[in-house]
Amino acid sequence: MDFSFTEEQSMLRDTVASYLADNYDFDKRRAALAKAPNWRPDVWKAFAEELGILGAPFSEELGGLGGGPIENMVVMEELGKALVVEPYLPTVVIGGGFLKHSGYAGAADLIGGIIGGQNIFAFAYAEPQGRYNLADLTTTAKKDGAGYVLNGHKAVVIGAPYATHFIVTARTAGGQRDAQGVSVFLVERGAAGVSTRDYPTVDGFLASEVYFENVSLGADALIGPADNGLPLVEKVVDEAIAATCAEACGVLRRLQEGTVEYTKQRKQFGVPISSFQVLQHRMVDMFINLEQSISMTYMATIKLSDDAERSKAASAAKVQIGKACKFVGEQAIQLHGGMGMTDEMAIGHYFKRATMIASAFGSVDHHLSRYEFLSLGQAA
Amino acid sequence: MNLDFTPEENAFREEVRAFIRDNYPAELRKAQDEGRQLTKEEYLLWHKVLAKKGWVAPGWPKELGGTGWTPTQKYIWSEETAKADCLPILPFGMSMLAPVIYTFGTDEQKKKFLPDIYNGDIWWCQGYSEPGAGSDLASLKTKAERITADDGKEYYIVNGQKTWTTLGQYADWGFFLVRTDPDAKPQSGISFLLIDMKTPGIEVRRITTLEGGHEVNDVFLDNVKVPVENRIFHENQGWTCAKALLAHERTGIAGVARSKRNLEKLRKIASTERSDAGGSLIGDAFFRRKVAELEIDLTALEFTELRTLAGESSGKGPGPESSILKIKGTEIQQRLQELALEAVGHYGAPFLRDLRGSNLGVGPEYADGLAGEYFNGRKTSIYGGSNEIQRNIIAKMVLGL
Repeated sequence: MDFSFTEEQSMLRDTVASYLADNYDFDKRRAALAKAPNWRPDVWKAFAEELGILGAPFSEELGGLGGGPIENMVVMEELGKALVVEPYLPTVVIGGGFLKHSGYAGAADLIGGIIGGQNIFAFAYAEPQGRYNLADLTTTAKKDGAGYVLNGHKAVVIGAPYATHFIVTARTAGGQRDAQGVSVFLVERGAAGVSTRDYPTVDGFLASEVYFENVSLGADALIGPADNGLPLVEKVVDEAIAATCAEACGVLRRLQEGTVEYTKQRKQFGVPISSFQVLQHRMVDMFINLEQSISMTYMATIKLSDDAERSKAASAAKVQIGKACKFVGEQAIQLHGGMGMTDEMAIGHYFKRATMIASAFGSVDHHLSRYEFLSLGQAA
Repeated sequence: MNLDFTPEENAFREEVRAFIRDNYPAELRKAQDEGRQLTKEEYLLWHKVLAKKGWVAPGWPKELGGTGWTPTQKYIWSEETAKADCLPILPFGMSMLAPVIYTFGTDEQKKKFLPDIYNGDIWWCQGYSEPGAGSDLASLKTKAERITADDGKEYYIVNGQKTWTTLGQYADWGFFLVRTDPDAKPQSGISFLLIDMKTPGIEVRRITTLEGGHEVNDVFLDNVKVPVENRIFHENQGWTCAKALLAHERTGIAGVARSKRNLEKLRKIASTERSDAGGSLIGDAFFRRKVAELEIDLTALEFTELRTLAGESSGKGPGPESSILKIKGTEIQQRLQELALEAVGHYGAPFLRDLRGSNLGVGPEYADGLAGEYFNGRKTSIYGGSNEIQRNIIAKMVLGL
């Protein structure tokens, strides 16, 4: 048993951390998000060219660093600490995940483009009616000669305004919620019939409603097996969940440490408010939540390669992280008092991100239900 | 003990309903439905309608313009106005300052200030908290020195900074706690001053809250000259006024009627939203359990408030038990906001504006701004004496610990 990081992994962490410390402090982030293009292509370029981290989980033959889920975890935790909005998760973890696991013919080229920073992916899976059910799809891809015609509306697609490629889940057979009949497609942004409605999210990201209207796709747009793409989607989403949990650990750490720091400085009744036992215990509970979250993130990340345990582990971790995001986030604001309510302090921005992570890829309820089913079977 | 309403009370309820239906300002309704920031004039529209009717100040003594309603009538009033989504009457003048003036003020002060408060002609703001004085309000440092000016009159010269001044950007006048005796014990050297916000030396500066709104402000006071006759009660005894005001702030804070209405909204949203299995979300075992628990919590709060009201009508003022109402009331408000956000799933994420700055939301209309309300709602367990302070009050004043 060994929970230590390799020298390469530690170096990767240091590289990302020191770049973000120099280039991505809170004020720079806020200034960049407030004006067009509302994200930082220069940072993305640096991730590709200066840091080389966009190749972290890809093999050396593909031009990557030869890592995997642990490397994603290391990077995502650091991105979480700085509230980075640039699309590592949708591009490297999710786009890269689909390309790696599907045996897709054009994968090597596309991954090369990810590593080089030219290809940016957005994952168009959620639908207005579908909540967190990955199989609840009204988007359809109908067979048309050798290819397909895609129609549908995808909701809140993170990173879509500047993505070059969409990974789209669509129904090719079966009923609206059937596990069978789900297929995955690669759609280029410029394809005729693709339109977006772009907006910022409450935690500073960009997202879109994405509409597909009679989009003509070649046979080579299909990623993974026709009609039986759901297991692939679940695998990649489990990887995305583990990576999001890692991001949350970075966010939670900042919330917890920032609160301890603030209460030591803030004086009321002639003493630092950190001297009040009721606040000490609250901060201890925040700390316990953080530590439990780190443990579950390690667990889920390690089990990503174990197909029998993977989904259960991912859901278990997401339940822990969802609860921790709520408790730690809310208490961080409470213990900062009025200052926690202001836009000028970073703490509120970490709270907003934590709130969004709590329901990303499924709420606590969703993952509790999934865990129950996987662990205990169907309810009586 | 009984819970029935008398025929007279039921008739009163009908009268209230009809009055709201026939007199609630249409333009205000429209602005509320659009969910935009109200203008100063819009904030006061309903107030002025009620002032004309004589119903704007249910909490005041009858001889000063109060309605003379029984506690049950007041309860019916708050329930019906919340059900109809009437804009709450701004509390600063009406329920925070006025009781201080009619309890501690001189006849002249009552004559000068109460009619304008009643009619909504003057917008008041509160100058209590300071950057270094929040929960520990008595440690406030804003200084007022008494001088005799060239005109032979006495003034206070006020210097300092106030913060979290709600809607201070609209205020005509403010009520301030200032230190008039720097050598006395913290609570004994404070005075209660009314200050015209147009006095030279006052600057109101916006604080943007985490959801992006402009609700609170910093107020800077730089050699602000205030006539001594604008002091309420004795010099150095302003803390007595402040304490009375805080008790009033606590009783209104339970917000039972409004939470009931928001619970209805939540049930509606959850009936429209789909669960993972495709049924309605309100039919989802997990979600309905949480809604049911919240309804039960709210019922407990409602009956605790009713018991408090009944106590008041038998002559007891709002005691330290009212801290229970503040704690549970705000916890329930926050839980409602949290569940509403949870109910809308992915559509909790979009920010109100799109990139072109238009106000059209995406997703269902009811999802607009729910995340912002949840973020903004965190203030309720912080303001008006944080919930930790409220627990201290109960521990000390009720349990005698």
